[in-house]
Amino acid sequence: MKAQVPVAQHESRLRVIARNALPFVVVAAAWEALAYAGVFPARLFPPVETVAAALVRLTVAGILPHHALDTVLRLSGGFILAAIAGVAVGIAMGRWRLAEDVFLPLVSIGAPIPGLAYAPLFLLWFGLGNLSAVLLVGFVSAFPIIFNTWTGVKAVKEVWVRSAQAMGADNRRLFRHIILPGALPYILTGLRLGLAQAWRILVGVEMLAAVPWGLGWLIFGSREFLNTDVMLAGIIVIAIIGLALEKLVFQRIEDFTIVRWGMMK
Amino acid sequence: MTASPERWRMVRRTVVTLLAAAALYEAAARSGIFPAVLVPTLPKVARTLVNLVQDGTMLWHVSYTLARVMCGFALAIVVGLPLGILMGRIRALENFVMPLASALMPIPSLAWVPVFILWFGLGDIVTALIVFYAAMFPMLLNAWTGVRAVNPIWLRAAGAMGAGEGALFRKVIIPGTLPFIITGLRQAFQRSWIAVIGAEMLAASDWGLGWVIFDAKEFLNADVMMASLIVIGGIGYAFERLVFGSLERITVLRWGMVQAAKS
Repeated sequence: MKAQVPVAQHESRLRVIARNALPFVVVAAAWEALAYAGVFPARLFPPVETVAAALVRLTVAGILPHHALDTVLRLSGGFILAAIAGVAVGIAMGRWRLAEDVFLPLVSIGAPIPGLAYAPLFLLWFGLGNLSAVLLVGFVSAFPIIFNTWTGVKAVKEVWVRSAQAMGADNRRLFRHIILPGALPYILTGLRLGLAQAWRILVGVEMLAAVPWGLGWLIFGSREFLNTDVMLAGIIVIAIIGLALEKLVFQRIEDFTIVRWGMMK
Repeated sequence: MTASPERWRMVRRTVVTLLAAAALYEAAARSGIFPAVLVPTLPKVARTLVNLVQDGTMLWHVSYTLARVMCGFALAIVVGLPLGILMGRIRALENFVMPLASALMPIPSLAWVPVFILWFGLGDIVTALIVFYAAMFPMLLNAWTGVRAVNPIWLRAAGAMGAGEGALFRKVIIPGTLPFIITGLRQAFQRSWIAVIGAEMLAASDWGLGWVIFDAKEFLNADVMMASLIVIGGIGYAFERLVFGSLERITVLRWGMVQAAKS
C-alpha cells in the first residue's frame, strides 16, 4: 500500500492538470468555431491565435510589460498608503474612545459609497493622472483595513491586557506584545480585503484618469482603434496578475493567519 | 437591546462628529483657499440636491441606474444560483465550471467594459452585462460553498427517513444553504453597485447616477457630484440595511439557521 502512494499521487496530479485544462480547451474551441463561422466581424471577434499573436508581439516589444509594471506600481503605491493609514486609524479607534467617536461615523458613511463614485471628485481636485489614481485606490482600500483593524483591537481579550498590565508592562510593550499580535489575524484579513478592493477598482480608475501607461488604459485606448485582439491580450495579463495576487499574496496571508490563530489556541 | 445608554452615546457622538466635520468643511470652503467651484459650500450642495430632486432629473437618473442594476443582478441570480447549487451536487459540473470561474474571477468586471462596448455598442446592455459579470461570481461561489457545507448527517438522516431527491432538496439542502445564499446576494449586490457606477461612467449614455457624476466633472459642477454621491451612498445603504437585513430576518433568523450554524 505504502509503495503505491507516490505513484497514485503522481497519476492523480496529471489527471488534475488534465481536468483543469479541459474546460479551457472546450471554451477555446467554441470561441475558435464562432470566430471562424463569420457571424461576427473578425476585427471585433478575433480568433484565439490572433489574440495570442498580439500578446506575444506586445510582450516582445516591451509594451505590455511596461503597462503591467505601471499598473502594479500604482496598485502597490495606493495599497501601501491605505495599509499605513488604515492600520494606524484602526488601532487608534480601537484604543482611544475619542478617536472612535470621531472616526467611526465618518468611516461608516464613507464606506458604503462605491469607490469609483469618488473618482470624478478626485480627478477634479487632484487632476488627471497618477496622483488621483493612487490616492483614490488608497482611499477606497483603506476602509476595509480600518474596519478590520478596529474590530481586531477590540477583540483582544481584556484579561490579557489586564494581566500584562498587572505584570508591569508599559504602554509600548503592551502594544507590541499583546495588542498587535492579538489583532493581527483581523488586520491581515483587512489587508487582504483592501488589496482585493484596490485591484477591483484600479482598472476602472486607469480608464477614467487617462494615465499614460497602465493595463486599464491600454484596454480602454484600444477601443478607439477597434483593436479587440489587444484588448483581450490586456485582459489576459490582468487575469494573470489577479491570479498571482490571489495565489502568491492572499493565500500566503491566509496561511499565515491560520498559523497565528493556531498559535493563539 | 437593553443597552440604550450605549445606543444614545452612539447617536450623540455621530451627531457631534458630523457637525464638527461639516463645520470644518464649511470653514475650508468659505476660507477662499480653494476655488469655490471645486469645493462648494454645504448649503449650495443641499440646494443642488433639492433642485435635482424637485425637477425630477434625479428621479430619472436613479430609476435608470436601478433598472440596469436590477437587470444584471437578476440575471446573475438566475444563472449563478442554480449553477452554484448544481455544482455542489454534481461533480462533473463542478470540475468543468470551477477552473473557468477561478480564471475569470480575478479579472475586475470593469476591464470588460471596452470589449463589451465594441460588441454591444454604448448603452444599457453593456452596463447590465457588466453588473451581471460582477454579481455572478459571489452568487455562484456562495451557493456552491453553501451546498457543500450542508451537514452530511442531515442528508443521511433525511434519506434514512425516506426523503426523496425532491424533498431532500426542498427541505434540507435549500434551507441549509440559505445563510450562504443570502451572504452571496449581499456580496453580489455590493459588487453590482460598484460595477454599475463605473460602467455608467465609461459606457456613457444620457442617464444614470454614474453618468451624471462623471458628466458633472466636465462642467466643474462639484455640487452636482456631491449631491449624487449622497444619493448613491443612500441607496446603497438602504439596500444593505432594509432589503438584505430584512431578508435575513424573515428567513435565516426565523428558521434558526444562524444559531444552529454557530453552536
